[in-house]
Amino acid sequence: MKKLDWKSFLFGAALGVAPIATVAVVSLTSSEATAQLWGRFRSQAVVAAPGQVVVCSETCVDDGAKSENAEFVASSTQWTRGFDDSWVAEELERHPIKKIDDNKTVWNIKGSQKEGHTYGNYTEADALLWKKETERLVAEGSLIFHSADLLGSKNGVSCDMCHPDAEGTHAETYPKYQVQLGRVALLRDMSNWCLTQPCRGEAMSGDDPRMRALEAYMHAMRSGKPMKYGKH
Amino acid sequence: MSRYRRENLETQVERERTEFFAALNNLDRRSFLKVAAASCAAATAAGATFGSFQPLRFVGAQDAAGNASNAGFKVAYISDSHLYVKEKNDRFANALMRAVDDVNAMEEQPDFVFYGGDLAQLGRPEELQLGYDILKELKAPLKIMVGEHDWYYDMGEKWKSLFGEPQWSFDHKGVRFVCLMSVLEEDFWTERKMTPAERMSTVAGLDNRVQRPFQVGEASRKWLEETLADCPDDKPIVVFSHSPLYQLYKDWNFWTEDAEEVQAILSRFEKVTVIHGHTHQLLTNQIDNISFHGLLSTAWPWPYAPQGTPELTVPMNRSDPFNAMDGCGDGEFRVSAEGLVDKVYNIWNRKPILVPAAYVRDGDESQMPPRPNIPNY
Repeated sequence: MKKLDWKSFLFGAALGVAPIATVAVVSLTSSEATAQLWGRFRSQAVVAAPGQVVVCSETCVDDGAKSENAEFVASSTQWTRGFDDSWVAEELERHPIKKIDDNKTVWNIKGSQKEGHTYGNYTEADALLWKKETERLVAEGSLIFHSADLLGSKNGVSCDMCHPDAEGTHAETYPKYQVQLGRVALLRDMSNWCLTQPCRGEAMSGDDPRMRALEAYMHAMRSGKPMKYGKH
Repeated sequence: MSRYRRENLETQVERERTEFFAALNNLDRRSFLKVAAASCAAATAAGATFGSFQPLRFVGAQDAAGNASNAGFKVAYISDSHLYVKEKNDRFANALMRAVDDVNAMEEQPDFVFYGGDLAQLGRPEELQLGYDILKELKAPLKIMVGEHDWYYDMGEKWKSLFGEPQWSFDHKGVRFVCLMSVLEEDFWTERKMTPAERMSTVAGLDNRVQRPFQVGEASRKWLEETLADCPDDKPIVVFSHSPLYQLYKDWNFWTEDAEEVQAILSRFEKVTVIHGHTHQLLTNQIDNISFHGLLSTAWPWPYAPQGTPELTVPMNRSDPFNAMDGCGDGEFRVSAEGLVDKVYNIWNRKPILVPAAYVRDGDESQMPPRPNIPNY
């Protein structure tokens, strides 16, 4: 705990007890609010007030901080870029992605079996939050896909040089028997082959945040192609 | 029985090929006979089609009377090498050297070698200099065109200092050759306060939508018109251009914004062939009197665009990512005595593919190149 004044302590505590749904709706209109919402899940940095960053231990935020989910969110590379998400818009301008599902089918379903159901009564606002967060991960994948440096490529080669718009990645065809490997491969196995051979870089572990982002991007860009595992 | 257990077809073909070339490397009299016998046997086994080691014969290499002196001429091509500096990437430099070796090893040397642009990857002077140093090993004279990767770091300064003006024209054996600078883009960088390096990276990304569509531009179109003014309508014209001079797929700049205006300038000629770089694949089109041929890259193949590929194109087989040079290559084209172009794609490690004028221009289906056995999707 490097620095923690009473104001930010109260702030964190208040955030902890605030109903999640309320914060989620607010977050759609304010990037600062988004930051606060996600701050609950982060173990490192919380934006306490404009211009003031408080680094705190997990004890200063609520119970979510120590969960496995919190670890994922904290280590996901799209979140290590901080809370200013203008980079997402910039990346999507350079490399537009396929349109995400609008989930209209689950908005405010009247006379449904919603009572007591996990997917109770979701609204357009919820769907927008899902879209925003999913696109953030896909945009992160796009950044990595198009950057030899982020990929750890040793020879300047990045994925987009052979796969513009993820064309030819065939993400929808895995798992498949990869003839050249002599075994069944997942998409990540082929990605790692490309990383180590044409790019002469290091393979990534399956749960490397960068690999997760890359997969997100490839799946998003191959959206609309029929899933057909094993296809050559 | 094979001494290799559980050998699948791919490894078997690969082994036989490796053994064949290994044997070629140390040929004494006895092993020559052995290799000759083996390749004959292989050819017989393969049926009607001869093996991949058969030298390619050109349709129209000789006229009806067998008069070889009136047989047209040959031009070799190399394109899209995308060189980084040596220290960063030796792979692309090696590939370009392989292409230079291919051309130098041609028994019948081409009248000249045409380089199709994108010599450098990020337009850096060191990259262009490296390309210059490799290309000067060519035995035949070099004719070179500029690509967007060569241009947008210093707006062509280094390229011009090495290779001269980007637009040129000359007559050769009755054919007018013209080269266009066709990768002009509207200024998108000033407003965004981009550095030269950022501008270059933006243009270098094929799927980067911040850049603008390619165009020849008004000044160059005027230049083209003036350059061709003294040519009679029946004079064969061969146009070199990095962008395709027609419109396939805008998102990847497989596109020329003012293609129709350029085509209009060429419309009065009976025989026009456009040879273009940028697309890194086997690509064929015919629009009215104009035949279009793409070029292979030495660095990497592009996948076919999701839409816009001309119906006339017989696509090349999908590239094998496990073979760093598959889908890459070089090639040649023969200009017949009548000024028609037969195009050869020499895809490395595969059988060369011939796309003859008889198929492209005259629609002779019997001359259609072989279809791929693995669909692109």
